[in-house]
Parts: sequence; structure tokens; C-alpha cells
Amino acid sequence: MNRWIKFIAQRLLYMALTLFIIASVTFFLMSALPGTPYNNQDKLSELQLAMLNAKYGFDKPLFERYVSYLSNILHGDFGISLQFSDQPVASLLGSRIGPSIQLGLQAVIFGTIVGTIMGAIAAMKQNTWIDVFCQLFAITGRSVPNFVIAVLLQFIFAVTLKWLPIGLWDDGFRSSILPTLALSISPMADAARFIRTEMVEVLSSDYIELARAKGMSDIRVAFTHGLRNALIPLVTTLGPMTVSLMTGSLVVENIFAIPGIGEQFTKSILSNDYYTIMAVTILYSTMLVTVIFLTDILYQLIDPRVRVEEKN
Amino acid sequence: MDTLQNRSCEQLPDTAFRFRQGPAKTDAQELAPPITFLQDAWRRLRKNKAAVVCLIILAFIMLIALLAPVLAPYPPNEQHIPYANLPPRIPGVSIAGFDGTIVFRGNRVDRYALANVPEDVSFYFGTDEFGRDLFSRTLYGMRISLLIAFVAALLDLSIGVIYGLISAMKGGRTDVFMQRVLEILAGVPSLVIVVLMLLVFEPGVFSIILALVISSWIPMARVVRAQTLRVKQMEYVQAARALGCTDAAIAFSHVLPNISGVVIVRAMFSIPSAIFFETFLSFLGVGMKIPNASLGTLLNGGYKVFKLYPYQMFIPAVILCVIMLSFNLFADGLRDAFDPKMKE
Repeated sequence: MNRWIKFIAQRLLYMALTLFIIASVTFFLMSALPGTPYNNQDKLSELQLAMLNAKYGFDKPLFERYVSYLSNILHGDFGISLQFSDQPVASLLGSRIGPSIQLGLQAVIFGTIVGTIMGAIAAMKQNTWIDVFCQLFAITGRSVPNFVIAVLLQFIFAVTLKWLPIGLWDDGFRSSILPTLALSISPMADAARFIRTEMVEVLSSDYIELARAKGMSDIRVAFTHGLRNALIPLVTTLGPMTVSLMTGSLVVENIFAIPGIGEQFTKSILSNDYYTIMAVTILYSTMLVTVIFLTDILYQLIDPRVRVEEKN
Repeated sequence: MDTLQNRSCEQLPDTAFRFRQGPAKTDAQELAPPITFLQDAWRRLRKNKAAVVCLIILAFIMLIALLAPVLAPYPPNEQHIPYANLPPRIPGVSIAGFDGTIVFRGNRVDRYALANVPEDVSFYFGTDEFGRDLFSRTLYGMRISLLIAFVAALLDLSIGVIYGLISAMKGGRTDVFMQRVLEILAGVPSLVIVVLMLLVFEPGVFSIILALVISSWIPMARVVRAQTLRVKQMEYVQAARALGCTDAAIAFSHVLPNISGVVIVRAMFSIPSAIFFETFLSFLGVGMKIPNASLGTLLNGGYKVFKLYPYQMFIPAVILCVIMLSFNLFADGLRDAFDPKMKE
């Protein structure tokens, strides 16, 4: 029990440190950003500019702003959006986090399930055309950038066939199908590849031979022994998967005009909305760090071979 | 009698020795010259047909990217406004889509005739909204994208290898500290940081490379450290140490050659990911500066008009996919070749 407390405390400390570094780096990068958030600056008088700067806190010295920014973050205050007048960034992002999370979850769940099934079938039918097809799919899915897939899906299903809406988020589940598909290709490919490699290894081990010798059917062997053991290491891929989903959603949300975090991020970049950019960066980092942390713990819990080292 | 037993080996007369008569040597029993690690890997790689095909494709792509200034029929940024948005036309090819016609309101129309393009002028990949030749732009775009990817991968490799080697060879507190730094950096969402950095720097080849390197040397450093720790235990390294080799000498002449396979494979995988990042950034609009072409800017430009002129998006997309697929498959083949244990 003691080692668990130590392990978790250590990891939490690193998480906090990571987030602190990210917040600082983002802050200083933002203050080094060329250009201003006011797109009509030429027309503003000195006084107006001074008033605006005072309102958003740009008139204070850099270090003072840094300290107050950090303490505000800790209180959940991410500043006021420069893009939408007087709207706090926190509530702006809060209203946009729903679609992003929905898409992300749908993509991960759909992608991993389909990928796992594909990988398992490929491993069972090793070196047949099914296997070749699955492997080809996996490598293609890993190679083709998801924004290309997104545009392709949009072109086929929305423009040419007109089966599904081309974008927007007003059609409920139907409008989430295409973006989910586009986002799920990469977790699907990763899972298929991973499960196949693991299962091939597991299926050639002695206890599988024994199970076969006892007369277990191939499918039962594959599912009760093979898949169960192959699923454990899949947990380790959750971290990278989240990263790729996040990066994917940055563009995919734009392509399908989904009111999510990624779309907000690109908009803020183009309008120099410092506070929103910083908040999104910190939000993404928090998500990433949390997923890495949870993955580590989960992996420790389910695989006795990688238990936290005990030093006596 | 002076017995032979009492003499030492050197004192024996030569006549006391004769060659042992072994069985007559045949050619078949002669050992083949030992093959080196690289030769062995190459031999295995050649057996992997997919990897060989990819290698050929990659060599071809790199060749035409290098020869872009010679092959490109027009300067990549030259505008021919009257010839804007022409579909692809390749002389002598009459497949729909490559003969200069598009379907417009149900009818197939010859866009070249409508735009009064002379019969002997053809744009192989069509033209974009400013009438720039997309074939030339694609060639130059490939050149830029590949250049960025290779330089980024090379820098990744150097930084990662040096960091990993130092961390593993020094060990102790240095190692712990360097690993903690890595652990903290691993939580940084690299893409977001890269985007922010590109906003601060002047966009261009150099800043894209810098941003890519900053975010992607970490996995390389981890791999190198893990491998170095493994090799450090080997007897030949201990022997070298016993003979008085310095840490640096051991690292470069003993450890590095023995982990080169893993490092090369890792570097090969980082090339497609660098290409991906570049296209991604340019697609978002923070990458290459307009009007310069890269695969990402071409995709971005094509995406804006893809409902009307799908070829402007699909041609660079297909080329990008072929490049990515080839690099991935080749790297896969290379991994299997360098690590025979992986193959069942």
C-alpha cells in the first residue's frame, strides 16, 4: 500500500510540474507573439488603446501578469476572451467541450472495438487473405492523415452520395457519424496492428496448445485465452491514442464545422485571442497528462509483471 | 639419450614437427566469408517484397523531388490568371479526368477549349485558382516536404541519441534527473506547442523544422537509453572498460554501432511522422508561408475548392499517402530485417 501512495504522489507531482511548465511556456510564447488582438488597432486612439490594454491587463509588467495569470488559473479563472466581447474563456470552452468529448469517446470506442476484432481475426487466420487485408488496412490507416480521410469521407458520403450531412452539429447523431469515422481510423489501425502482434505471440504459447489439446474450439481459445492476454498491453497504447485523437480533432472539427475545442483553438489562433489559446493549451495538456497517469495506474493494476518496483 | 620431453617448445628442432594429414579439403567445406550485420540485414530486407517495392518508390520520389527544377515545366509560383482552375490534361491520354474535361451540369465540357488554351499547352495536374501549374507545384512541394522531414529526422536522431547515450552511460543521479526531465516533457501536447511556436516564429522551412525537432526527439532519446542500458551489460563493453576505454569511446565505438539497428528503424519511422506534421501544420494554415508550395499547402488550397475541383485536393492527397505508406512499410521491413527475433 505504501508503495502505491509513493508512486501516485510522485506521479501527481510530475503532473503538476508538467502543467506548470506548459502554462509558463505558453504564457511567455503568447507575450512574444507578433501582432495584437485588436484587428482595428490603426483606428484606435492612444487613449482607447490604453483603456483596452487596462481592461485586459496588458498594461502591467510582464512578470506581474505572469504571477496573476498563474494564480487566476488555480482559481479556475482563465481570463476574458478577446474574440467574443466580455465572455469568460472558461465558460466559452465549457460550452464547447461537449462535442469534442462526444466525438473523442465515440471514436475511441468504435475504433478500438473494430480494430480489436480485426486484429483478432487476422491473428486467427494468420497468413490468409483476411490477414493480409487486415494488415494492409492497419498500415494504410496509420499512413493516411486523418484530415485526408475526413475530406475523402465528406466527398463520398456528403457531397456525392448525399447520405449524411456535410458538416454542422445540428443533426444530432447523424452529423457525428462522419467525423467519428474519420477520427476512429487511426485508433482502429493501431488496435488492429497491436492485437494481431500480441495474439500471434499468445496463440503460439504452450497453454494455448494445452487448451486446444483439451478440445476447446478455436473461437473459444481465441477469445478466452488469446484476446484476454492480448488486451492487457493495449492499455499502454491509450496515451498515444489520445494524443492522436486530440491532434486529429483539431483539423477534423474544422473540416466538419463542429463547435468543439479544436475549432475554437484554430479560430483563436487566427485572431490572436491570447487567453483562449492559453486556456486550450492548458486544457489539452491536462487531458493528456491525466490520460498518461491513468494509463500507468491501470497498467500497474492489471499486469502483475510490471508492478511498481519494491525496494527492500 | 637426450629426451625430447626435457626441452621446451622453442628448443625443438623443426624436424620434430610435421603437418597433420587432415582429410582433403573440398570447396564445399570452405567457410563463406563472414557477413557483416548490415549485409545480413540487407539480405533479409531483400526477401521482403513489400519493403523492396517501397524502397524503389521512395527512391523514385526522392529523385523526382531532387530534379524538380529540371522537370517542372513552369516556375512553381508563376501565375497564368486566364488559365485558372483547369483540370488535368496529359497529352495523348484520353481517360476522363486527365483529358482536360470536367462534368459541368451533367455535360462533359472541355475546359481547355473554353479557356482558349493553345493546343500544345497542357497542365498535367491542372492549375489552381491563380492558374499556377499544379504539376510544378507538386514537384516543388514534395521537395520541401521531404527536405523538412529529412532534416527534422536527422536532428531528432542526433539530439535523441546524444541525450539517451549520456543518460544511460552516466547513470546514477544524472540519469535520474534526465529521465525526470523527459517524463515531464512527455506530458506536453507537442502539436499544440508546435502551433504556438509557429505563431511566434516567422513561418517557414526553418521554423517548421525547429518546431518539429523540439517536439519529437523524446521517443528517440528513450529508445536509445533503453538500448544502451542493455548493451552496457555486455561482456565486450566490460572488456573495453577493463582495457581503460573512456565512457565516450565506449559509447561511440562499442554501444552506438550495436544499437544502430534500432536507431535507424526509429529514425525511419520519424520521417513519415515529420511529413505528417508538416502537412498538418500547413493544412491548418500555420505552416509554410504563402505562396510557397509544400504538400500541406497544396492540400489546403485544394481543400478550399474541393467540391468544385476535386482533382486539386486528390492529387496531392494521393501523393502524400503514397509517400507515407512507402515510408511506413519500408520502416516495417527494416525493423524486421534488423531484428530477426521479431519474425516468427
